[in-house]
Amino acid sequence: MPNLDHPAYPADDLFHLESLVPCRESQVSMLLSIFGERQQFSFPSIFIYGHTSSGKTYVMQTLLTTLQLPHVFVNCVEYFTSRLLLEEILIQLQNRSPGTEQTSPVHCDTLNDFVRLFKQAVASQKLQDETLYIVLDRAEQLREMEANILPAFLRLQELTDRNVTVVLLSEIVWELFRPNIGCFEPFTMYFPDYSIGHLQKILSQNHPPEYSADFYAAYINILLGVFYMVCRDLKELQHLAALNFAKYCEPVVRGEANERDTRKLWKNIEPHLKKAMQTVYLREISSSQWERLQHDGGEPGQLKGLSAHTHVELPYYSKFLLIAAYIASYNPVRTDKRFFLKHHGKIRKTNFMKKHEKTSNHLLGPKPFPLDRLLAILYSIVDNRVVPTANIFSQITSLVTLQLLSMVGQNDQLDGPRYKCTVSLDFIRAIARTVNFDIIKYLYDFL
Amino acid sequence: MSTCSVSKGCFVFKPSTKKRRLSEKTDHYFRSTSNDSEDTVLRFITCQSLWSQIKSETEQIQEDMNKQLLDNLVSFLSRSHSDFQEKTTEWTSRMKFREIPTAALVLGVNVTDHDLTFRGLSDVLQNNITPYVALLEAKDCPGIKNLMQKLMGQLMNCDIDVDSLEDEDCVQVSQNKIRCSMPSLISWYESVTKKTDSETPSEKRNSSSRHWQSPPVVVVFKDMESFTTKVLQDFIVISSQHIHELPLVLIFGIATSPMIIHRLLPHSVSSLLCIELFQSLSCKEHLSTIIDKLLLTSHFPFKLGEKVLQVLINIFLYHDFSVQNFIKGFQLCIVEHFYSQPLSVLCCHLVDIKKRVYSLSHDQCENIRRLPSFRRYVEKQESGKQIELLTNDSFLKEETEKLLEDLHVYHENYVSILRCLHVFTSSLPKYPLGKQIRELHCACLENQVWETNEYESSLQLARMLNKTDLVTMLQQCVEILVSSSGKEFDKTVKHLKEFLTQFQNLEASEASQEQDVSVSSQKELQKKTDLYHLQKTLLELKESRRSKKLTKFEMLRFEVVDYIDRLVRKYLVPAGDRTLHEIVYFNAATVLRGHLNAAPRTALHTALNNPHWYLKNEALKCDGGGISNKAPDICIVYKLHLECGRLINLVDWLEAFSTVVTAAEEPNGDAASSDQVDDIIHARFIRAVSELELLGFIKPSKQKTDHVARLTWGGC
Repeated sequence: MPNLDHPAYPADDLFHLESLVPCRESQVSMLLSIFGERQQFSFPSIFIYGHTSSGKTYVMQTLLTTLQLPHVFVNCVEYFTSRLLLEEILIQLQNRSPGTEQTSPVHCDTLNDFVRLFKQAVASQKLQDETLYIVLDRAEQLREMEANILPAFLRLQELTDRNVTVVLLSEIVWELFRPNIGCFEPFTMYFPDYSIGHLQKILSQNHPPEYSADFYAAYINILLGVFYMVCRDLKELQHLAALNFAKYCEPVVRGEANERDTRKLWKNIEPHLKKAMQTVYLREISSSQWERLQHDGGEPGQLKGLSAHTHVELPYYSKFLLIAAYIASYNPVRTDKRFFLKHHGKIRKTNFMKKHEKTSNHLLGPKPFPLDRLLAILYSIVDNRVVPTANIFSQITSLVTLQLLSMVGQNDQLDGPRYKCTVSLDFIRAIARTVNFDIIKYLYDFL
Repeated sequence: MSTCSVSKGCFVFKPSTKKRRLSEKTDHYFRSTSNDSEDTVLRFITCQSLWSQIKSETEQIQEDMNKQLLDNLVSFLSRSHSDFQEKTTEWTSRMKFREIPTAALVLGVNVTDHDLTFRGLSDVLQNNITPYVALLEAKDCPGIKNLMQKLMGQLMNCDIDVDSLEDEDCVQVSQNKIRCSMPSLISWYESVTKKTDSETPSEKRNSSSRHWQSPPVVVVFKDMESFTTKVLQDFIVISSQHIHELPLVLIFGIATSPMIIHRLLPHSVSSLLCIELFQSLSCKEHLSTIIDKLLLTSHFPFKLGEKVLQVLINIFLYHDFSVQNFIKGFQLCIVEHFYSQPLSVLCCHLVDIKKRVYSLSHDQCENIRRLPSFRRYVEKQESGKQIELLTNDSFLKEETEKLLEDLHVYHENYVSILRCLHVFTSSLPKYPLGKQIRELHCACLENQVWETNEYESSLQLARMLNKTDLVTMLQQCVEILVSSSGKEFDKTVKHLKEFLTQFQNLEASEASQEQDVSVSSQKELQKKTDLYHLQKTLLELKESRRSKKLTKFEMLRFEVVDYIDRLVRKYLVPAGDRTLHEIVYFNAATVLRGHLNAAPRTALHTALNNPHWYLKNEALKCDGGGISNKAPDICIVYKLHLECGRLINLVDWLEAFSTVVTAAEEPNGDAASSDQVDDIIHARFIRAVSELELLGFIKPSKQKTDHVARLTWGGC
């Protein structure tokens, strides 16, 4: 295991840092060697990427705070415009030393202003002889701001002529950032995913004070056995571990087993965890509901999850409109005649269709259709006469707002609007069943 | 500003005139059309007071219906940030990820009703939980920036509303000045909660004793479906990072199903939420309650006729599921009735009837005599009385008062007996008379219910009910009749109670008898062994059972059903058969349909195809498919375009147009020979075509320059 070692920083701090960032020692030592000593100029911009919860943000934050390096930490999702982002950096910079309270609100609209104000702030904070780190978390958001923001941050050192390093954190690779016109290439660095051994080690570190570390480690082992297949997100795993630990301890608390009875404890917890995987993990039921269930000792079957409530009640004509839209979306136009005309003659599927139409329309997804076709199908599937009243038309619009239909190319309402049906086959079958309509008979794919 | 228009376009909004002038004008509207002394002012006042009664009643119902839901939500909210209050440092709470408490509120597809629910919700929240409630709508939040602006605007304003009365020095920040970011929201929250802490105890009791020290901030997304994924995701990600400093609670208003959450949010975002589901009452139940409380009661003198009720219910069930629209329709019925029926002045509570009847003018008496139901009544009287009724106003008034009182009594009885009948029919298999009381009500209003086949079959089914069911139903009927306001039911109740005691007496005697019969027949069965004899005896047994004398229970059951039948025939006479029913029943279904269920396409087609219909000009009347040249230009152009395919050649169209227009003017065909079209006709044609384009029938085509494309039927 590489021990962190750097001449510029005290060994105590480095040792403390190492204990805080398990399984990321090599990355930290790499970063430290790039950073160099406090007063040395570092690389102008560093790009760090890696999968969700691979410790990018955490490592950067712990590194900078433990070694007390001057830094600014900004999340780009939170500051969604360039103005907010730049102002936030300046505000954090001004408020670094507790004595200087923010006197006047910062106004910074452009990067030019930013460079000027940044120089002032650095001077006022007396940071000239130290490297200042600006960390931009979720940097992929920068791409959606003005085109000059990202290139400017990459060479901020050069633009401001100050000792500053910009660190970009992102979940996607650098290739997706590179602007067309080219820019300064940052130093890229990859944080690999934690392996199962890493996860085990990190999760076991924070054991509850009442129980021994070994006991908790055994629990984590079981937990990972169940969840590692579906979830490698450290945060999520930690959450799940905390949620289910009480249940694991139950036999011990009741005195039925001691802490070493791993087998007994495993038998107790395993079905419980599997149930958790199907419910809490998928957010079918909320974690507070799950905890209450655990507490009351009830079965999770009593609580219906979110996806159990798929049924949607619709007015009578809305149901038929939706059915008609579904038919129009999934049947080729030429087959309408066959389904809705009385004397259509016998048309064989094989030689009737062109080759490309032989693939299942359900695999290809819904196709757009004009309003007139929808209404024509509606008139032929509803038993009694339908008057085209304003209510019928407004129902189409409300189906669009309910996201059951979607409008294609919304340029002009008068210009023959086209729609798509966005519901699933199961949903439409359930709807059709309530009005005694056999939709399968009207779908070309099921002929 | 929003409009109720379905089309897009520019709308002019004039500054609203003063309210007082408006209300002065409205009773003027009633008066202006009917110039005679038909009590228009009184009618208007009656209408207003009736509507205000009904309105308060419906609001009360709505509040009661939502109470359960709101209570659940309030308890959820008070639970949601309990650990924020206590600031626990326990291991589990430290290790657990802090999720944003979220209530998924499934409200059903009747989006128009949601506003009322949300208003009630925000009122309840502000009274019980927190002053900080923000309601967001998707149309205001196309981006995260707008969302934050809207959110902060609402939150900070609500704070100013609370505090501005007492202290002047509160931060008067204009919305543009503040940075729309989470930190400013958090600092605002800290300053606000700190301020409430530092208030003097006496003040605290008045203003914020209902709230805790750090009340949660509730953000309501009114229409979850319409929000874009990105906005929601960004907002949730941002706020989850600050959940430790700002106790945020989200409420998602969902119209379809909670699955939409998973469709809109990826797992990485939905894992930041702690979602609990709340479901509001279905709108159908809501409607049933409204009908039960508004229509099946004798509190309100105004009644809906069968056809009208059917129209309103159909619009509800077939089109929008909106209870608000149903009530609006009901309101329209009231206004229309009081406006169009001069005698509706008598549609009032029983106490006022006498006074109003005696103050009727002569014209109004004539109006009464003209009522079809009154004429039928007169015809049934003997000749002396007939003359009196038709000539003597004061005698007529006396008679009218009596008839109106009868009508009132009829209503009271009708409702009670209807409910009794519903007790029976609602438990029959397959529900021949409908499951809901509204269906039964419509059937009874329509015609004599006892003559329908459905009634016959339901009686037949009722004759097969078992004893326990029958007894419970009878008990229910007794309860209904006892609690009803009708005065005639003492005897009926006594009768029903007698039935009940008879049923109880039966129990002991019946049991022994039954056993005897069955045992003897069983014995006979056991004796026979071969197949032929067995069959024979079984047939005989069946035969004997059919002809067998009925058991006591069966006899009693027949009696009960017959008794109910007699009650129905006596009390559930359709309202149309009652004299003077026109005064309280609103029956103009076609008017209502025209107002509520407009058919713009059909109307437009009629107007263009048959201008006589609207213009009432005899010259325009044409039979068959011919085109009259006297019709407005647009009608001619429209009719010609109906004959074309998807693309219309403008030159041909112009040719045909000029032929039609000039045909009658110069019958000798002078102009037809020259191919040059008259400039005026050309101009008229261009104007008509552009009018047609404005109406959305055609549009310029890009495929061919001198063609236009049809947009309506036959266009594809």
